[in-house]
Amino acid sequence: MFASIAFYLFAAILLGAACAVVTSRNPVHSVLFLILAFFNAAALFLLAGAEFLAMILVIVYVGAVAVLFLFVVMMLDVNFAELRSGFQRYLPVGAAVGLVLFIELMLVLGGWKLAPDAAKLRFAPIPEKISNTAAIGRLLYTDYVFLFQAAGLVLLVAMIGAIVLTLRVKKTSRHQSIAAQVARTPADTLEMMDIGLGVGVKALGILRPKKPETLEDAAAGGHHGHGAPHAPEAR
Amino acid sequence: MMTIGLEHYLTVGAILLVLGIFGIFLNRKNVIVILMSVELILLAVNLNFVAFSAALEDLAGQVFAMFVLTVAAAEAAIGLAIVVIYFRNRGSIQVEDVNLMKG
Repeated sequence: MFASIAFYLFAAILLGAACAVVTSRNPVHSVLFLILAFFNAAALFLLAGAEFLAMILVIVYVGAVAVLFLFVVMMLDVNFAELRSGFQRYLPVGAAVGLVLFIELMLVLGGWKLAPDAAKLRFAPIPEKISNTAAIGRLLYTDYVFLFQAAGLVLLVAMIGAIVLTLRVKKTSRHQSIAAQVARTPADTLEMMDIGLGVGVKALGILRPKKPETLEDAAAGGHHGHGAPHAPEAR
Repeated sequence: MMTIGLEHYLTVGAILLVLGIFGIFLNRKNVIVILMSVELILLAVNLNFVAFSAALEDLAGQVFAMFVLTVAAAEAAIGLAIVVIYFRNRGSIQVEDVNLMKG
């Protein structure tokens, strides 16, 4: 009795929220109604005995996907009123297609029944005296381990794809370019000069420490010994 | 195991699927709401999987629903990334503007 009341309550809120998602004027409201719909779907999963899936739905959908939608809706500076311009025009077509589809589904549902030997054809009967999570874990890590790995790969590819698509290298940031550092060769920075024996240092004016007579010359020329000697300036 | 009849769950799933498809038709210009409608459709599929799993007491349906969930999450991430870069390049997310590859 309680279960059926809860089922109808959650199902009604789920369908109402789904209606609000597709007809809402503001996309932010759409996302919030989507979150409500996911919560109620999780409650329906709980009523069906799929506790693990219900928690996954709350964590993955509400915690990640819906928040992602919310971020994107708020990040894009779009005139959403303009996007709704064809709303009235598309309403009859959408309603007609939806109605036809719904009638077809109801016809299928009305004339459908379980096969008589359905119980024998089960792949993984729910084990007794074990929680739903433990049962799914046993199944997932044994019979479905390769599919589980494939699902992980799908998520990895999606993550790399999303990063590659949206990554934008800012020209203003001064980050370290490791490739440029590694690719540097001595020829880029070192200059080899052919210099005669014992004259090069004087000719190039890079003598260290400074020669005392040069300082005297600088003082005679009006400078008071503070500035650099003449030879380095000439270079 | 299941106190609610299977038909109730299937009806809710069918209505949810129809609402999702209705949403795609209704918001034909807004890619973000179309992606949300696709999420609703996948949620309806998951609901059917879980309902059958509970009715038949077969766990395979719940495991498959988890894989559907995985693919749906990946699809949402990639779809929203494409929406973001499209908006960055063109300044619009109208579906009718997406015709760069039209010959």
